[in-house]
Parts: sequence; structure tokens; C-alpha cells
Amino acid sequence: MKPAPFRYHAPRTEAEALSLLAELAPEEGRVIAGGQSLVPAMALRVARPSHLVDINNVAGFDRLAVEDGWLRVGPLVRHAALGEGAVPGPLGRLLEVVRGQIAHLPIRTRGTVCGSLANADPASEWCLLAATLGARFHVRSLRGERVIEADAFFGGFMTTALAPDEILVELRLPVLSDAAHTGFHEFSRRAGDFAQAAALAVLELREGVIAAPRLGLGAVEDRPRRLLEAEALLAGRAPSEALFREAATTARAGLVPVDEDPYRLDLAETVIRRALSAAAGMPAP
Amino acid sequence: MMDGITPEAARHILPAGPGKVVGRGVARIEDGPLLRGEGRFAADVNFPRQLHMRVVRAELAHARLLRVDASAARTMPGVVAVWTAEDVAEIPPIPFRATKVRGLEPYCQPVLARDRLRYVGEPVAVVFADDAYRAEDAAEMVVVEAEELPVLLDATAPPAEFAPGLDTEPTVVRKEYGEVGAAFRAAHAVVELELSVGRHSGVPLETRGAIARYDASSDVLELHGTAKKQHWNRDEIARLLGRPPNGVHLFEGHVGGGFGVRGELYPEDLLVCAAALRLRRPIKWIEDRREHFVATNHSREQHHRIRAAVDAEGRLLAIDDAFFHDQGAYVRTHGARVADLAAGMLPGPYRLPAYRVAGHFRLTNKTPAATYRAPGRFETTFVRERLMDAIAHRLGLDPVEVRRRNLVAAAEMPFARPLDTLGTDIILDSGDYEGLLDKALARFGWDAMQEELAARRAAGECVGAGLAFFVEKSGLGPSDGVRISIDATGAVELVSGAASVGQGVETVLAQICAEALGVDYARVRVVHGRTDRIEFGNGAHASRVTVMSGSATWEAALAVREMALETAGTLLQLPPSELTIAEGVVCRADGATGPSVTLAEVARRMGPNAPEMRGRTPGLTAERWFWSDHMAYPYGVHLAQLRIDRGTGAVTVERYLVANDIGRAINPVLVEGQIRGGFAQGLGGALFEEFRYDPQGQPLSTTFADYLIPTIAEMPVVDVLIAEDAPSPLNPLGVKGAGEGGTNAVGAAFAAAVDDALRRPGAVTSLPILPAQVRRMLDGAA
Repeated sequence: MKPAPFRYHAPRTEAEALSLLAELAPEEGRVIAGGQSLVPAMALRVARPSHLVDINNVAGFDRLAVEDGWLRVGPLVRHAALGEGAVPGPLGRLLEVVRGQIAHLPIRTRGTVCGSLANADPASEWCLLAATLGARFHVRSLRGERVIEADAFFGGFMTTALAPDEILVELRLPVLSDAAHTGFHEFSRRAGDFAQAAALAVLELREGVIAAPRLGLGAVEDRPRRLLEAEALLAGRAPSEALFREAATTARAGLVPVDEDPYRLDLAETVIRRALSAAAGMPAP
Repeated sequence: MMDGITPEAARHILPAGPGKVVGRGVARIEDGPLLRGEGRFAADVNFPRQLHMRVVRAELAHARLLRVDASAARTMPGVVAVWTAEDVAEIPPIPFRATKVRGLEPYCQPVLARDRLRYVGEPVAVVFADDAYRAEDAAEMVVVEAEELPVLLDATAPPAEFAPGLDTEPTVVRKEYGEVGAAFRAAHAVVELELSVGRHSGVPLETRGAIARYDASSDVLELHGTAKKQHWNRDEIARLLGRPPNGVHLFEGHVGGGFGVRGELYPEDLLVCAAALRLRRPIKWIEDRREHFVATNHSREQHHRIRAAVDAEGRLLAIDDAFFHDQGAYVRTHGARVADLAAGMLPGPYRLPAYRVAGHFRLTNKTPAATYRAPGRFETTFVRERLMDAIAHRLGLDPVEVRRRNLVAAAEMPFARPLDTLGTDIILDSGDYEGLLDKALARFGWDAMQEELAARRAAGECVGAGLAFFVEKSGLGPSDGVRISIDATGAVELVSGAASVGQGVETVLAQICAEALGVDYARVRVVHGRTDRIEFGNGAHASRVTVMSGSATWEAALAVREMALETAGTLLQLPPSELTIAEGVVCRADGATGPSVTLAEVARRMGPNAPEMRGRTPGLTAERWFWSDHMAYPYGVHLAQLRIDRGTGAVTVERYLVANDIGRAINPVLVEGQIRGGFAQGLGGALFEEFRYDPQGQPLSTTFADYLIPTIAEMPVVDVLIAEDAPSPLNPLGVKGAGEGGTNAVGAAFAAAVDDALRRPGAVTSLPILPAQVRRMLDGAA
């Protein structure tokens, strides 16, 4: 469990990092930020990058700010930095809840939000959050900058729209309205393990009925995504356990799970119902 | 029958109840360096000029080995040598030390695979390089050419060929007594179950390590990073490498968990030793975690087909069990021990007039298996207690009541079963089983809890409770020795053939020594796990150290005390019977003021140059050996209350009690630690841990992301009831081992409690109990 040989580069500016990556990407060069997924994979020699471009010293990459209705998260923002202290309102409270589900404290203090998104593990909590809220991904290379919408970013199992020479320089999460209610629920065998199913619900309650629902599911399919049919079913209806069960059943019918075990689909239904109940302020079913 | 006690020792039995040091939860003396980060684990051992060994391991579960090409690896930077089977052809296969059954020899493991690969992870070649990274790089360049063969992964499947003329069932462990056939014919009811326990094992925080160094100037081969069985391993390494045992020494540093798997003789131990001799450079090997999962002993995997004949009151008339023990690819150092223990210990605490068992000891294409904390007992307690629950259900009896009716009574002790295990007759030495059951039920509030659970179930919750009784075994003999010396400064040294795998050996032996000698326990230096300091030792396993080395300590310390009082009596002009020792000073026993003398002064008066020693062997020192023909049998009961999440099938422990009678707790805090730690491992085997394989025999549990050990978040608060109602008559301390009772009955208790929560008696038939299975059972129950 010692990594295969590699060359290490530690740029200090974004320009230097992009230039190194442009040069090294064709030779299996990889960006390393927190390294919480990449380093274990290297130790197992499952990942064998010949070059590592370490962005931990790049000035400004740790920026974290709310501007014009967006939470802007730089590539060196650690999981532990996101939470109520960083962002006010319902989004801050949601981030606080989600952050607590990510692995264990040492991993949260080192791993990065953008690294997790670029890794695109289907069980990643941040990927689910980004997909559900409609995040925007700002990516840059020597070739220029582009913005990728969440539904185009995740391309499949640990696959994204990032080109090898591109760095995810900023994640933008829409700040939630003060009227938004959120619910997150995941199931894993042990505390801190990869989720076997995770769901996120965001909704508003206007005159007793659900408005602007967003419902996302992670860890069940090869990538996290919004469950649009279930969302359509929820909109305009009064929250109830029966409605949430119906939404979960509807969602289940359209899922293409990563394994053929019906248990995975059972879990999907459970986490969907629980996330919705949490958002609606109802007890967990 | 009670010949475990020598007549001399019988005069000096430690009185019941807490003493000055014994029976007290004093702080561990070994913790200083551990807490300060000054410990020395295997990876901390380094020698100048050392080389690093990397093992090339089989990637196929079963194959004919055609060729191993190391030519490219030999040219890699830093590489000093690469060995394949041809290079170690003169080293015999790893022998077994325990439970020797005729016919097992051809199934022993060669240090490097010769013509067959039999499991993924089997050592095929070794690379020696000047750096661990370079060694791993070079190991990747070793080309293994092999032709795949069909794999055998199911021990219940018909045996296949192991080698020409040998099949994959080397032996069947059979034990039988009583009229089994007649009992079944006369039975009121016959209860039949098919049950299995999953493959899991001890996964210590510290992986294995071995650092060998040959000192040519003195012709001594040293092996560091050892554990558990230094003397046996020393003798075997010497024999297998053709050296005299006094030219081989094993050393023990700190050990980050033993649990049965650490400290056995493995191929890597011999390889580093052979390389140190041949390459004339120190050789260091540290197992990595992925290797550990495929190379270090697995355990537990058994499948039982069991039948019980019972009378109308639910009393056992006979048990007939056939089980299939999945040994993995080779027979390792334990021989058939786990199957033998399973067969011998299955009856547990119950009266059983007739018994027949056939343990099919079978090889498969998986990592070889051996002992893991409570070997053969975790498995058979699950099987036996499932059986008791099934009998209760069949006859409409309460699970507690059916156990009461079958428990061996206190008046029947000592209770001899016409059975043996580990080469000793099973004689349950002492116990009040029903008394402990009552104490445990009362402590848990069992009856009130049943009402509370019924109310919660009525409100829609899925909650249940279960219990499981167990009998452990401990203090495996036959012998162990301890030498205690007091030097001219008054410092006490205790040299033992025991080993420490982190369980608190130093503290416990120091407490016993201090109790007998009247010195400060914290100032007793305890030496263990070193073959250069004592000629013989049986090591640390099978919950034996406190019983065996503890008893030898007691006797040696009493002997030193007697010597000290005699010499002091001469110095003080008082008869020794009027003297005692307190805080290292010999003084009058009646408390009256008067002359006194320190142990340091006594030791000086007994030194080699002291005139009084003319014609005598000098030194304030004594060595005593404790011998035991029979094991001591601790026992107890586990009670579990749990909740099931209907949405996920996940099990959450709400309350858990381990009640364990161990005769006497030398240090109750350490005993509680043993029991809680043991429970954590039982919890792993009951709910989380499993080595899984794909249909080609590829291991699927090779990282801590796939092999789930319980973490602090999964650990419930465990209540521990330590009972001392039945001291062992087999040793002067009355002690029984405390290492395995916390693990033993966890699977069984959880199975019962999950059944109860599901309201489906007998639903759980296998361990671990996985959320997906529970979820399916919930569907079935609805």
C-alpha cells in the first residue's frame, strides 16, 4: 500500500496550476486538493497518476463567500468550513446537517467540497446537494473558463464533464429563500460510511400546500439527480405521510439502481420519505 | 481429579475478597509509554542497513503455478534479491502445534507457493530492496504464470481433490457419548435447525510485522515484532532453519491487538529469518492492511445441521450435530483446533445425556482460518442457544424457563462431561449457573422490560430482547513458570514466559506479586515475551495468562517472601513467623515498633559476595512453575434489548448486559475492559464483519471500507456484571480467564433479540445479521 512513483508539483498561483495541468494532463497528471479519495486509491495502486499538481498552496483558492444570491465555494474550501457559520439562513442549516454526514472529522478537516464534486462518487453528499439545488460549476483551463450546469456536470459513475486539463475553480450554490424548508436523510451501515441511499428535499409551504419542491436522490443510481416526476406530484399538494409514500413509490418506478438488489430500492423509498418528512416538519416514518 | 493444584500450593490459597492490591482496579503500569507515544510496535523497530521485504501474492484463488519470472524485478533500482519457491526449497512447510490429528501434515502451507496457488493472497515470491517503496515497485514486476483451476468456496459442497490421493476433507472431528439413537426414538419432540456463522476474524489495529537480524559475531538470529507464542515459535524457527534453539531469540515489543490471529508462525516470519541469515542484512517486513485482510488468519465460518431430542418438559435428551468447518486453503499452526473446540464446547452449560457430533474439517480456496477470540464458542453458542430458543418455541415455553430446566446445577459441580477438547477432559470446575442467570435477569429488569417492550410494540415500534448463556474455557496448561528476583537496590523483577498482546499482563502479574510480597505493584518490572530471559513459556492465548502465569507468580512471590523473612529473621533476631513485609520493608507482623530491614538490605545480605552465602546459591530470587491438567471454565449470560428500523432493517442496540463469573477479578477495571472490548468484536461478528468472496474466489473485503468493524458510534453502553461466586478450585487464586466471555454469546443474544423484535421465532439462521436480510424478514413478517 505504497503509491506507485509519481512526480509532485506545487504551484502557487492559479495561472501556474492551469499551465502545469495543461502540460501534464496528457501524461496522467492529476490535481490533488484534500486527497481523501485520491491518496487511498494511490496507496492501493488503483490510481496511478504519474504527476500530481497539488493546489493546496494556490493563493485565493480557499475563498468562500455569498454574493448576488450565490454561495461561492473555492477549490480549497474544506468540508468542515461549510455550515451555519459560513452561510446564513436555510442553506447554512442544510449545509451544517449535510456536513455532519460526511465521513469522519479528520476527513472533513482535510477533504474539499470541490474535490468531492470532481470525484463524483454517486454516494457523495455534496454531489447530491449540487444536483438537487441546481449548482453551477465554474471550470477553467488555459483554454478559458466555462460554466457547467449541475444536470450536465455529472456524467455517470465517478465521471464528470471536467476535461483532464480543467480545474473546478468554483462551485456556486443558490442561496435558499428564507421560506425554504429542507430535509436530508441518508442510510449507511455505520456512521461515516458511504451512503447506501441518500435523499434531499427542499420545499416551501404556501397556504398549507407544497410549493417549489426539489427532491434529489444519491447513492442509488450511478449519479445523483433530481426526481422530477415525484416533484411534479408533490407540487400544490398538502404534505402528508400518504403523499410522501406516493412520491417515493413514483420515484422508485423510475430508478435505475447500481445493483439489482431490491433492498437498494427499498432504501431509496425510505430515505425519500424521511427527507420529505423532515422538510415538512413531520416525524420520520 | 483436582490435580491442577500441587499439594504445596494448596497451603497458600489467596483468601476470597479484595486484598491490598489484588481485586482492586489499580491503574495499568504499561500505559506510560503508550500514552506518551513512546511505545515500540513492530514498525518502530529499525536496524542499520536493513532491507525491506515485499511479498508477491497470488491473484487467483486456485491455479496450477507454471512459472514465476523474477528477472525484470531483479533489475529494478534498490533490489537486492528476489526469491521464489525454488530459493526456499529446503524450508519445510509451516507445522502445526495444536490439536494434532493424524493426516493433516500434507495440508500444511509452504512458505512460498510451489506448484499450486490455493487462495488469493498466498505468498508466491518475495522481493528484498533497500526501501519499502522500491520493494513494492519491484514486486509488481514479478510475473506469475498460472493456469486457472475450478475453485471450491463452499465447505458444505462435496470435497474435491486437494492433491493426488488427497481430498479437501483432511479429517472429521467426531465425539460421541450416550445413547443418541435411543434418545431420538424416545423423544417427545425433535427440533432440527440449519445455522451458519459468517467468515470474519480478529482485525487488530496493528498489522503483523517481522524484523529479523543475524548477529554473525555471536551467531544469534533475532526476530522482533513477535507476539503470543515466542518460545514455540523460536523452537520451530530454529528447527525449520536448521539452527540450535539457543541461537535464535524472539523479542516482543508492544502489540496492537492479538485476538488469536497475531503471533502464530506465518510464512513471512520464516522468510525474514531465512533472508537475514542468507543476505547478512536485517530484514524488515510490515504487513499492509490489504495484505492483512487476505494473509492473516480468518476464522469462524461454520455451517451446522443440528438436531435435539427433548422430553415433554423441554429437557435435552440428546443432541446430534453435523457441521462443516471452512478451514480455507491450508491447515495452519492450530491444526484442527477450532473444529475440535466447537465439537467439545457445543453442549455449554446444559445437562446433556447423549451427544454426537461430526465436524467436517474442510479446505476451500480462501485465506486459511484459525482461532479468533472465543474460537469455536462464538459459533457454537450461537448454534446451541438458537436451539434452546427453538425448543422453547416448539414446546410453548419461556426461553428463560427452558434454560433453567437444563442448566447444570451448582450441586452437580464439578461436572464431568464424557468429552474432551484441546487434549483435556472437559470437567466444568465450578459454577452456579442459575444463580448468575437470576442475578443477570434482576440487574437487567427482564420482567419489567418485557412489559415495556410489549407496550412499545403495541405503539408500532419494532423492539425485542433476547438472551444467551455461555460457558467459556480458560487457563489451558500444562505449565508456566515465573522467576522473581529482588536486587540489591530493592527493585523487583518478574520474568515470565507469558506474552502481552496488550491485555494488561504487566499490571496483573505485578498486582499478584505485590500482594504476596508486600511491595508497590507499580515498581515491579515485568519481563515477558523474550526467549533470552526465560527458557520456556507457553505464551498468551486461550485466556490462560492470569490463570497460569498468575498462579506461578503467586507461588514464586510467596517463595521469595519466605526467603526474605528467613534472612531478615536472622538479621533481626526474630523468628520469621513474627515478621511481615510492608512497602518493601521487613518488620514485625504484630505492628509493634522494633527493628526492621529493607528488602534491599536483605538482598544485599544474600548477594554472591555475602559471607552468609558461602556454599549456597546466592540471590533473593525464586522460580516456580504452575502445572494444570484441566482448564477452568468461566461462564455467563448476555442479555440484549434492541430496536429495528422498519425502513432500513438496521438494528440498534438499546441495552446490553454481560454477566460473567470469572472466579476472581485480579483487576476489575481490566476485566470490564476485556469484556467490553470483547463485546465490540462480538458485535462485529453479529452485525457487521464478513469476509466476502465473488464466485471466482476473489476477496471482496480488502479494505476497511468493505470490511466493517464497529466504531465508537456503533458501540452501545454495555453494562458488565462481574461475578466471583464460583472461584476455580484448580489454582491458588481461584481465577478463571476473562478474555473471551464478552465475545462469546453476542451473536446468539442478538439473534434471539432480532427474532423477538420481528415476532418471528427462528427467523435468524445466520450471522452476521445484515440490514438487507432483516428488511426482507420484516416484509415476511408483515
